[in-house]
Amino acid sequence: MAYSDKLMDHYENPRNVGAFDKGDESVGTGMVGAPACGDVMKLQIKVNEEGVIEDAKFKTYGCGSAIASSSLVTEWVKGKSLDEALAIKNTEIAEELALPPVKIHCSILAEDAIKAAVADYKQKHAK
Amino acid sequence: MSADFSQDHFALFQLPRRFRIDAAQLDSAWRTAAAAAHPDRFAAAGDAEKRVALMQATRINEAYQTLKSPLARARYLLTLAGVDTAEETNTSMPPAFLMAQMEWRESIEDARHGKDVAALEALTAQLRGDVKALEEELATVLDDAPDHAAAALLVRKLRFLEKLDQEIGDAIEALLY
Repeated sequence: MAYSDKLMDHYENPRNVGAFDKGDESVGTGMVGAPACGDVMKLQIKVNEEGVIEDAKFKTYGCGSAIASSSLVTEWVKGKSLDEALAIKNTEIAEELALPPVKIHCSILAEDAIKAAVADYKQKHAK
Repeated sequence: MSADFSQDHFALFQLPRRFRIDAAQLDSAWRTAAAAAHPDRFAAAGDAEKRVALMQATRINEAYQTLKSPLARARYLLTLAGVDTAEETNTSMPPAFLMAQMEWRESIEDARHGKDVAALEALTAQLRGDVKALEEELATVLDDAPDHAAAALLVRKLRFLEKLDQEIGDAIEALLY
């Protein structure tokens, strides 16, 4: 199967691999998993006082498409507000990386991971 | 021969529709049914009858494979009950479970890099224990105190463990051969 250059680039040089302290008030952590393929994805966002995502990290166990999808979204969410991050659609991820149809679920996983991270952050700050 | 294609897999083998099944009874029912539908028995039959026999033989084998595997059997029971296990779409597993999945992957990776076959085999043994425990939970929520949502979640968990089992197997194979 032929993968796109962008996908290969994110897979071979993944951006923002790592972790933040889960207990930090400015950090939102999202963990999701895809039963069908066993992929597990942890995505964290660091949000500043203006409500802007200033940094993001991820750790993914899974296929190249899952790694590339999470790498790409950590790039995309930086500089975005929480609402803007929530607006990211899996179709945009799939399109950017030219994911083959059988790998669309990897982009869904990445979208769900952002949503989970934002939800975690909001829960921490809901008073 | 009669071929009733509307029967469910349990009825086909005259087994109660339950998660806990008698493996020996399933095996013997399968052998009897498979022998009755074997293409050799229809060598002299007309084309239409041959086709029906072939369809029946295929169906018997599919039913057997489905009922034999605990994971496939649980999924099938839920399908019969109209419940979608959402294995392709539901990504919100309990955080502690996903954390444990991450740790499993790390242990496999460490053992693979350390070329430690014994460690991988120990992981397999541990995994088999976890699978057994989940299957027992499935028996409870499918047979004793039906809870479809809990059963669907257990099916999704088992899918992860099935994948881990494959990965450990692949790692062992890569080190040994």
